[in-house]
Amino acid sequence: MRKNYGPLYAAPMAAWMILFFVIPTAIIFSYSFMTKDMHGGVIYEFTLSAYRALNNPTFFKVAFNTIWVAFAATILMVALAMPASYYMARSKHKNFFLLLIIIPFLTNSMIKIFAWMGVFWIDSGLLNSFLLWAGVIDHPIRFLYNTNAVIVVTAYTYLPFAILPLYTTIDKFDFSLLEAARDLGASKLTATLRILLPNIRGGITTAVLFTFTSAFGNLAIPSLIGGNDSYMLSNFIRHEFNIARNWPLVSSMSVILTIMTTIAVLIFMRLNRSPVEVARENREAVNKPAGSTARAAGTGGAV
Amino acid sequence: MKGSQVAIQNVEKRFGDFQALKNVSLDIKKGEFYSLLGPSGCGKTTLLRIIAGFEDPTAGAVLLDGRDVVPIAANKRPVNTVFQTYALFPHLTVFENVAFPLRLRKLPGAEVSAKVEQFLELVKLPKEGKKLPAQLSGGQKQRVAIARALINEPSVLLLDEPLSALDAKLRQHMLIELDLIHDHIGITFIYVTHDQQEALSVSDRVAVMNEGEVVQVGTPFEIYESPAHPFVAHFIGETNYLSGTVTEVFRDKHVRVDFPDIGTLIVYEDKPLKAGDKVKVTVRPEKIRISLDKPASLAENMNLLQGRVDELIYSGFQSKFFVRVNEKAQFRVFRQHVKFYMDEKAISWKDEVYIWWNDNDGYVVEVGE
Ligand SMILES: Nc1ncnc2c1ncn2[C@@H]1O[C@H](COP(=O)(O)OP(=O)(O)OP(=O)(O)O)[C@@H](O)[C@H]1O
Ligand SMILES: [Mg+2]
Repeated sequence: MRKNYGPLYAAPMAAWMILFFVIPTAIIFSYSFMTKDMHGGVIYEFTLSAYRALNNPTFFKVAFNTIWVAFAATILMVALAMPASYYMARSKHKNFFLLLIIIPFLTNSMIKIFAWMGVFWIDSGLLNSFLLWAGVIDHPIRFLYNTNAVIVVTAYTYLPFAILPLYTTIDKFDFSLLEAARDLGASKLTATLRILLPNIRGGITTAVLFTFTSAFGNLAIPSLIGGNDSYMLSNFIRHEFNIARNWPLVSSMSVILTIMTTIAVLIFMRLNRSPVEVARENREAVNKPAGSTARAAGTGGAV
Repeated sequence: MKGSQVAIQNVEKRFGDFQALKNVSLDIKKGEFYSLLGPSGCGKTTLLRIIAGFEDPTAGAVLLDGRDVVPIAANKRPVNTVFQTYALFPHLTVFENVAFPLRLRKLPGAEVSAKVEQFLELVKLPKEGKKLPAQLSGGQKQRVAIARALINEPSVLLLDEPLSALDAKLRQHMLIELDLIHDHIGITFIYVTHDQQEALSVSDRVAVMNEGEVVQVGTPFEIYESPAHPFVAHFIGETNYLSGTVTEVFRDKHVRVDFPDIGTLIVYEDKPLKAGDKVKVTVRPEKIRISLDKPASLAENMNLLQGRVDELIYSGFQSKFFVRVNEKAQFRVFRQHVKFYMDEKAISWKDEVYIWWNDNDGYVVEVGE
């Protein structure tokens, strides 16, 4: 019988993840239960004070703001990416459009943020100048330094994270299914909602996960584009780390953040299983007593 | 269910510079099992898509029971399609796939269940409702696609090479079932195929297409036995072609044709001919008899030739002989093994043989200058 070397192939990746993710996370987790030292660092003494300190209005406000920005930016990105990816997948010039998406993505993100500041600037910024010239407004508007600006720039920055997975799944979608739906009496809208959307679910899931987690952990955009009331958790953590030097508090926030994102991702993935997966699980549940061991051995050898 | 009469009137279809359909006109009767037969790329799918409403014709009209349906959107036509690749919705169960058209019409649940069960019964899949398409075999998917296309009770069912993804045995089986379903529900079937066996075995009538044109319409018998066009003779079954000149026209619908490589033969006159016409004649290989011995007595209306076996292919139920006559012409001759093969006097490679056929079995397919 041939040996299955599968786990061995994943060993480098596993080593990397253990070194740079599992161990640091474990350190952060343990620090969050320790006592604050005066100038950074911790005293190895167990306490729950870091978690108790989280119970304050500022933290809740920042946490809520973070969720809101990530949520709004995600909605915006998916809403923009969906029709764009559809058009790209159906176009004859797919590669050209892919290039258009990827080139700005490769540009340094700081440059892009400063470019947006140039667009939103109150004194002779691009947008204000245009609106004044067009006569839509007669006083410049303050676009910068608020949460909406953060949402727009975040959505702009991470848009390729939504477009690429959506494009890939729509490109693989069998468009004759839409014709079949039309043939059976569905309008164009009904065919899109009832046939296209359920079948590109995997792409939507990936797009949402990528964009939400990116927006959630964002640091530079809220610090440069946002104002005082658009603080996000990353800003808060940096502030507490650099200025207040409260390492246990920072660790406890990170733990809460990690747990929250993990739970959100798990729930989302659970809700978004494809019908094939659901059917397979149901069947396996039924077959458990007799079939499961033989099946596991069979697939293990083949993979 | 009631079938519709379908009239295709002078339909043309252009894709840019390319003309996919050239002036196609067909009259399909109520409840007919009508086949469109032709080689790959001849425009069969295009014509079907125009009837279904997925393409607009560049010119011409499509009438259903006398009403022009070209301006009507695909989802409003009383026409349903069985797609070549099934096009089952992968995220819906078999039951929900078949129920899809009823759900669109927002019928009450009990009515939906009853109807879906009735149609799954019709295609012999009563127990598979809970499965997903990915869990079905090719033949089962095909049945689901048929049930789904029929449940709206269309007056015309379009089938685009519905069996081409199945293996030969299953194809035969499904074909018989399609025929039974057609007899059972009695609506008009328009069946696209490039497989002549399929078209000939179940159709009421067949339209043979080539390069965007309809070259002949007829019953399977007419198409096979009296091809009106060299393309049809060539495309349907294997055949022998002979080119010659008419030398004499008899009063009983036969002509004498002189073939430079073979000699003179008598041929059935299925189109008006006169002496001097250059003609192309076809004789089906299975209509030719072959023997080692010269037949002792031969009816007067037989053409007899002598030749030598060039090549011999044994294929189970029959043998194919390639017989060279006068060094220049070659005839294909098929002989069915009616008796146990070993009992027959075996004809083998290089044997001198006699071949003969009834003069009614030679047809003129083309008249030249
Ligand atoms: N949308 C289109 N754009 C350009 N050309 C097309 C289009 N659809 C079909 N054609 C061309 O029209 C011709 C007829 O195509 P069609 O699909 O009708 O052939 P078919 O008879 O169904 O062939 P097959 O047996 O291979 O399915 C082909 O040459 C094809 O390339
Ligand atoms: Mg086709």
